[in-house]
Amino acid sequence: MNETTIAAISTAQGAGGIGIIRISGENAIVIADKVFVSFSGNRLSDLEGYRAAYGNIVSEGETLDECVALVFRAPKSFTGENVVELCCHGGNLITKLVLRAVLANGAEAAQPGEFTRRAFINGKMNLSEAESIMNLISAQSKSALKAANEVRQGAVSKKIYALCEKLEFTAAHLSAWADFPEEDIPEVNDENLRLTLNESVKELEALIKNYDAGKAVTQGVPTAILGKPNVGKSTLMNLLSGFDKSIVTDIPGTTRDVVEETVVLGDIILRLSDTAGIRETDNVVEKIGVDRAKEKIEQSELLLVVFDSSVPLDEEDRQIINEIKDTQAIAVINKSDLDTKIDTEFIGTRFEHIVYISAKQGTGKEELISAVTKATGTEEFSASAVLLAGERQRFAAEEALNSVKSAIDAMDMGFSLDAVTIDLENALSKLYELIGKNVSEEIVDKVFHSFCVGK
Amino acid sequence: MNYIAGNYDVAVIGAGHAGIEAAFAASRLGVKTAIFTINMDAVGNCPCNPSIGGTAKGHLVREIDALGGEMGKTADKALLQMRMLNLGKGPAVHSLRAQIDRRKYQDIMKHKLELQHNLELRQAEIVKIEKTEDGFMLESRTHAQYFTKKVIIATGTYLGGKIFIGDVSYEGGPDGMFAATELTKSLVSLGLPLRRFKTGTPARVLKSSIDFSELEAQHGDEPPQHFSFETEEELENKVVCHISWTNENTKKVILDNIHLSPLYSGMIEGVGPRYCPSLEDKIVRFKDKERHQLFIEPCGLDTEEMYLQGMSSSLPEGVQSAFYKTIKGLENAVIMRPAYAIEYDCVDPTSMEATLEFKDIRGLYGAGQFNGSSGYEEAAAQGLVAGINAARAVKGESKFILDRSGSYIGTLIDDLVTKGSNEPYRMMTSRSEYRLLLRQDNADERLTPTGYEIGLISEERWQKYLAKTEAKEKELKRLKSTTLSPTDELNNILVSRETSPVSSGVTLYDLLKRPQLSYKDLAEVDKERPQLEPIIIEQLQTEIKYEGYISKQKDRIEQVRRMSEKALPTDIDYREIAGLRLEAQEKLNKIKPLSVSQASRISGVSPADISVLIIWLSSRKGGK
Repeated sequence: MNETTIAAISTAQGAGGIGIIRISGENAIVIADKVFVSFSGNRLSDLEGYRAAYGNIVSEGETLDECVALVFRAPKSFTGENVVELCCHGGNLITKLVLRAVLANGAEAAQPGEFTRRAFINGKMNLSEAESIMNLISAQSKSALKAANEVRQGAVSKKIYALCEKLEFTAAHLSAWADFPEEDIPEVNDENLRLTLNESVKELEALIKNYDAGKAVTQGVPTAILGKPNVGKSTLMNLLSGFDKSIVTDIPGTTRDVVEETVVLGDIILRLSDTAGIRETDNVVEKIGVDRAKEKIEQSELLLVVFDSSVPLDEEDRQIINEIKDTQAIAVINKSDLDTKIDTEFIGTRFEHIVYISAKQGTGKEELISAVTKATGTEEFSASAVLLAGERQRFAAEEALNSVKSAIDAMDMGFSLDAVTIDLENALSKLYELIGKNVSEEIVDKVFHSFCVGK
Repeated sequence: MNYIAGNYDVAVIGAGHAGIEAAFAASRLGVKTAIFTINMDAVGNCPCNPSIGGTAKGHLVREIDALGGEMGKTADKALLQMRMLNLGKGPAVHSLRAQIDRRKYQDIMKHKLELQHNLELRQAEIVKIEKTEDGFMLESRTHAQYFTKKVIIATGTYLGGKIFIGDVSYEGGPDGMFAATELTKSLVSLGLPLRRFKTGTPARVLKSSIDFSELEAQHGDEPPQHFSFETEEELENKVVCHISWTNENTKKVILDNIHLSPLYSGMIEGVGPRYCPSLEDKIVRFKDKERHQLFIEPCGLDTEEMYLQGMSSSLPEGVQSAFYKTIKGLENAVIMRPAYAIEYDCVDPTSMEATLEFKDIRGLYGAGQFNGSSGYEEAAAQGLVAGINAARAVKGESKFILDRSGSYIGTLIDDLVTKGSNEPYRMMTSRSEYRLLLRQDNADERLTPTGYEIGLISEERWQKYLAKTEAKEKELKRLKSTTLSPTDELNNILVSRETSPVSSGVTLYDLLKRPQLSYKDLAEVDKERPQLEPIIIEQLQTEIKYEGYISKQKDRIEQVRRMSEKALPTDIDYREIAGLRLEAQEKLNKIKPLSVSQASRISGVSPADISVLIIWLSSRKGGK
C-alpha cells in the first residue's frame, strides 16, 4: 500500500455523452472533496462506500461542470483502494479541465494501465484477468470488446485445457512406459504420437493466427500513408475522415500527448502514424525521399501507398515500391479527370490489393474496407473464436508450438522417445503457465489415474 | 533403573537403509555416532523386494555412491542378477537394477557398521526423545539413557507399525519384528506433525512348489554393469527370474472376497501409495484389464524363498492361497510367508528444511519412510543427506543442500520438503525436469567433486575420478578434431545404418550426432581410437547426440537459478501480501520458501501468485 493517489480520464476520449474521471488511492476522497461541491452540502468524506452525490466541479472559484460523484471505499472498489469517480458531461475539453483540477489538488497522473496494476496487486483480479482487462481498455471496436470479454470468461483456459488434456495423456503414457518398464504398459505407438503432435501444431497455429488477426481488431494496425507530394494523400485522408475517426492517446485513460490518429474501418482500427503533416505537405513541393519511406515501412504493419493516375511512375516510385518487401500494402490510386498515364499493370504485379478512389465521385470507401480486411487477415477472424489475451499469452503459445514442432523433429531424426517426452513436457509447461498448473505433478497424477502400475 | 549409557554427537534411530547411510556419513565425517536398531538381526533388511535400483532408483543408487554412500557397493557385493532397464527408450531413462541376496546384503552392511570407526551399533528400542540444554536425551525401553547433540529419526515402518492380513490385525513391524510402539507419543509431544501411511508386500513361496517349465525366464545382462564407481571386480549373474500372469480366475477369486480386504472394509486408515498397489487394488481400479504381470524373484542363494513381485495383498491368508494358485506355475504354490499390509506413523516432510532438519526443532532430523517416502533407495538418499548435515552442524559447518537441477537426490528432497506428499513418495524419472542431464551414467561426474569436498570420497577414488574425466575430455577433443574423408568404406557404414552418405570430409563428432550411428559403428574407420571404459563411451555418445537437448536444459537451469537468486525472507507473513490468493498465502506461510523459485514449485501457488511475489519483492526493494 502507501501508493500515491492517481487520477485519469477513464472513458474513451472524443465521443460519448459522459466523461468519467477516476481517482484512486488513499487520498482519493479527500482530493475529490477539494474540487466537488455537493448541492446537499454533504462532503464526500462523510459518505460511506457505494454512495453517490450530485453537485458541481469547482476550480479556482469557477464552476466547470455539473457532476455525479461516486464514492467507493477500500477495499471494495475496482482497484481495492479508495476510489472516487466523477461523472461529468463528456467532451474533450471539460473532462480535461476537471482532470487538471484534480491533479492540481494533489493527485498524480496515472501511468498507462496503472489502475489495473493496482487492482491486480490488491488481489482484485488474477494475472490472466488483468491482462484481458488491459486488452479491454485498448479494445475500441465492438468485436474487440467481445473477444476480450470471452478471454475473461475463460474461453482461452477451456481451449488450452482441452489441448493440454491431449498432450498430458500422451506425456503420461510416455512416462508410465519409461518409469514402469515391467508393468505391461502398452507400447507407445509412433503413428498415434505423431497424430497427436500434428493436431496440436494445427491448434496452436490457429490460436496464434487468430490472435494476430485479433490484435488488428483490438489494438489496431499501425498504418502509414506513403506517396509523393500532390498524388492525392489528402483525398485519401478526406475519405478516411468519413469514417468514425478519433484522435486518441496511446493508452486511453491517461493524459499523455496525442501520438496518433485512429480510424475505425468496419471492425478494424487503423492507427495512422505521422498524419499531422499530410494535408499541409500535399500542396508543398517536398520530396518524401526513399529514406523517409523506409523508416515508415519499418514502423508499420500496413501501408497505404497513394498514386496519381495521371502521372507515370518514376524512379522514386519504383524505389519505394521495392522497399515494401513483406509488409502488407494496398495501392491506392487516385483517379483524376486527366488521362491515365500510370502503369497499372506494373502496380498490379507488385500489389495484391489495389483500390481506386475518386474525390469527385466520393467513391472507393467500400473497396478500401474490403482491401484492408483482406490485407490484415481479419477477413476470417472470428470474435467468437478463442483469442489469446496479450503478448505474454501469445509468447507462451508460440513457445509451446515450437516445442511440439521440436518433438516432431526429434521423431523425424530418430531420437529416442525420452527426448520427445522432454519437448512434450516443455510444451505443456508453457501451456500450463497460461492456466497456472505444474507440469510434473499433473503428469504423475495422470500416470496413476490412467495406467495400472505398481510392483 | 535409568542409567547413562553413552554420549554422542549424532544418534540415529533405526538401522534400515536410511539409518545406515546416515550413520556412515556422520561417523566418517569425524563425529561420534550411535545407531540404534530394535533388533540386531534386522539391520539393513529388505522386507519387500529382494532388489536394489530400478527406474529412477538406479539413478539414486549411483548418486549415493558418488557422494560416498554404501548402498551401491554392498548391492554389487550381494549381486544375484543385474539388468539395465529401458535400453532403447533413451539414455535419460536407462536405469540399473540388481536382484540381491537379501541376507548377504544384511550381513555385509551390519559387518561394515560394526567395523566403522567413530560408530557404535546398538540394539535398543528408543521410546523417548527429550530436549536437553545442548541437544537431546534418548531413552531406551530398558532404561538406558543416551545423550546426543543431534538426532536422526529413521524409523521406517516400525514406528506405530500395525499389520493387516484380512480381518486379522496386530501391532508389529516388518518381517515379524516388534513395532516401535512408544516413541510416537514422545514425537507428538515434541510437536511433530505425524500422520499414517500404509504399504504392503506380497507372499514368499517355496521354490520347489513352483512349476517354472511354462514360464518365461528373465536373464541378467552380459556382462553385468556395477552400481558403484569403486567396484572393480567382475560381477556375475547367478540367478534367473520368471514372469507369469494373473487371469480371469484370479480376478474372480479376488472380487468374490473383496469385502474381506481391510482396505475396502475401512479397517486401514493409512494412505497407501498409488504405484505399489495391492493386487486387489489393481483389479478394482482397472476393471477392464484382463491380466496383470508378476515376477518371481529369488530371495537369495541360501534360501528357497521366492518373492512374487506385483502380488502384494492384504486379503486373508486363505484367500491369498486360493488366488495365488490360480496363476500359471503357482498351481501348487506353498506360501512360506503370507502377504500383508502394514500401517505406520510418519511425518509431514514440509515441516523440514532441505537439510532434513526440522524447522521448529533444531538438531532433530528425519530420513526415509519416516519422511513419507517409499523405497530403499529413496530412504538411503535421505539418510545420507541427513547424516552429512547433522555432522556438519556438530562441526559448525555450513548446510549441505543438493539442488534439484543437479541430482535426483536433490529433486527427491525438494519435492518432499516443498510439495509434501499425500502418499508414500516414490522417485520416478518423470519427476525430474532435467532428466537428460541427470543420467545414471554421469552421476559420478555430477557428484563426486561434491563428495570429495565434503570428505566422503577417498583420495584414491578422487584420483581415479580425475583420470577418468581427463580421458573423457581428451577423447571429446579427438572426436572434434578428427576428420574422416568421404571414402566408400565410411559411406557403406553410413548407408548400412540408414543414414545419408557424405560427400566431403566430416568429423567423428558430427557423425556421432546422428541418432542412427553409435561409437561402435565407426570402429573400422576410426583406427586411432584409444581403449576406453565402456561408461566413458556411453557418456560421450549421449552428450554428443543429445547436445541440443542438454543445452536447452542447461538454459532452463540458468533461468531457474536467476529466480532462485530472488531470495525470500523467512520472516514474511504472506497474509499481508494482498495480491496472493488465500490458498497461496496459507501454503507459503507453511513452507516458508527460501526463494521465488522454490515458491513456484509449491502446489497451490500459481504463476499469477509468483508474479505478485515478484512485484511485491521489487516494490519492497524500491520502498527501502
